[in-house]
Amino acid sequence: MTMQWFVALSALIFCIGASGVMTRRSPLVVLLCLELMLNAGNLALIAFSRMVGNHDGQIFALIVLVVAACEVVVGLGIIVAMHRRRLPIDVDKMNRLRG
Amino acid sequence: MLFEQILFFIAGGGAIAGALGVAMLRNPFYSVLALVAHLLSLSVLFLLLRAEFLAAAQVVVYAGAVMVLYVFVVAYVGGADDPLRPDPGALGSFGPIFALALFVELSIALVGSSLKALDTTGAATGAGFGTPGRIGELLLTKFLLPFETASFLLLIGAVGAVVLARKRRGLEGPEGPPTVSVGEVLRGGGTGS
Repeated sequence: MTMQWFVALSALIFCIGASGVMTRRSPLVVLLCLELMLNAGNLALIAFSRMVGNHDGQIFALIVLVVAACEVVVGLGIIVAMHRRRLPIDVDKMNRLRG
Repeated sequence: MLFEQILFFIAGGGAIAGALGVAMLRNPFYSVLALVAHLLSLSVLFLLLRAEFLAAAQVVVYAGAVMVLYVFVVAYVGGADDPLRPDPGALGSFGPIFALALFVELSIALVGSSLKALDTTGAATGAGFGTPGRIGELLLTKFLLPFETASFLLLIGAVGAVVLARKRRGLEGPEGPPTVSVGEVLRGGGTGS
């Protein structure tokens, strides 16, 4: 398989994730679609790492994995805090930083 | 080579189907399960690209730890059916159009790229390419600063999530079971990754 296939696949997954971020209303699903976009970036990084033949892209992808884990943890913490304060779980109604 | 192509198309189709499932399914719980399928297909693609350690880390960290956290939160918040926009007006239909435009743009960039190596199947690699040994060696020598920064970021994330999810009456005091369970999960996730 040439590298073009992998990069095109990663572009497609990234666009599906981007459309999900913009159309969904539940912040949980928005976070899931963000994961999709990060994973598409990871796939492109690993494909380029294979193309060049060194490990730099793989290390980058590993760091992206760590950042994604942190983002999930903080995002889910915010959603749990919203649920506990009886705020609506809807990104359209979340337009103030002080709830 | 034929086996590799068959595997690529199976895994790529699974990854696209999983991604579409995440973006389209109404129930958040099914979205999480679709993401698990997507991650498993993606780890097969990582194996095809000879990133063995990352494929294993993907399955263990994502499909194992992070997705369990998602399932807990969906069960806690209540995975009510999330209707796609009730009235998809001008702004509601903007998302897919924007995504399509983005894909066209990325495809143009890919086709018009001057990277000659994109048409090859990759550079020649040695025997130990992508193994945990090589990755670990690089993390502790050439990439020591990013590695330490990432561990510090994980610590900040764990502390921040506990602060966000606790009750508003201070850290001490009677805490309900949800607070305890979220804290446990976060601590487990922090050390696991």
